[in-house]
Amino acid sequence: MIQIAFFSFVALTLASAVGLLLTRNVLYAAYLLLLTLLGVAALFVFAGADFLAVSQLVVYVGGVLVLVLFGVMLTNKPASAIPDSTPVSERSNRILTENRRPWIAVLLAGGLFWGLSRLLINAHFVVFDRPVSTTSTTIDVIGKQLMTEYVLPFEIISILLLVALVGAGYLAKHKQ
Amino acid sequence: MEPQSSGILLLVAAALFSIGLAVVLTKRHAVVVLMGIELMLNAVNLNLVAFSQYDPDRLQGQLFSLFVIVVAAAEAAVALSMIIQVYRHFRTVRLDELTDLQQ
Repeated sequence: MIQIAFFSFVALTLASAVGLLLTRNVLYAAYLLLLTLLGVAALFVFAGADFLAVSQLVVYVGGVLVLVLFGVMLTNKPASAIPDSTPVSERSNRILTENRRPWIAVLLAGGLFWGLSRLLINAHFVVFDRPVSTTSTTIDVIGKQLMTEYVLPFEIISILLLVALVGAGYLAKHKQ
Repeated sequence: MEPQSSGILLLVAAALFSIGLAVVLTKRHAVVVLMGIELMLNAVNLNLVAFSQYDPDRLQGQLFSLFVIVVAAAEAAVALSMIIQVYRHFRTVRLDELTDLQQ
């Protein structure tokens, strides 16, 4: 039963990622990215990373994806081919993206995947023979680690996030 | 989970990274290129988490991917504000048409 759920989430992740590659509509791409991120969050749960799955949902689905949708909406130029006489409600509002030299990209990505998968299938990771952790939650360990071993990276990353968000707000404002 | 599913997670991460690379190389809309970068960052996180389940005492992989998520959020915010400024200046976000360094 768990195996079926695991493989269905794998299929959801990969199928929506392939759809993101194939679609030309930018808004569809954003919603397929949402499905991919949900699938990755579910795979985090299967790998025993519950806190990380929740933060993936909060940060990516709640934050980054909304930002991306705002970016799509704010940089949308309506197609000039539509005559102005058409009512606004009947105009097509699709936002499309072109593909440039798709074969080179697909060849490169396919070659990368071929090499990586051959490497991973032939490799034997010693760490995989160790017993898997059976602890019910990781929040305990993550909280302790963040306040002891990783307290300096934690503070640095919080400063980085603050600076980046203030800088983003400054960059995006209207210049006179 | 059984040990063999870690190998499957690594394969899924490799596939996600390759798809993200193809999206970055193929698409001409700046926001879609950003989505491809997010996909690649997620593949890296999946790798880190897959190895981290054998390290329950320190969880170094999970903490590292937590930092990766924060950096990805900051990167998305800065990149989107830059895309908005570029759109205000050139009235387009198609990467092929952005050929002027200064105007």
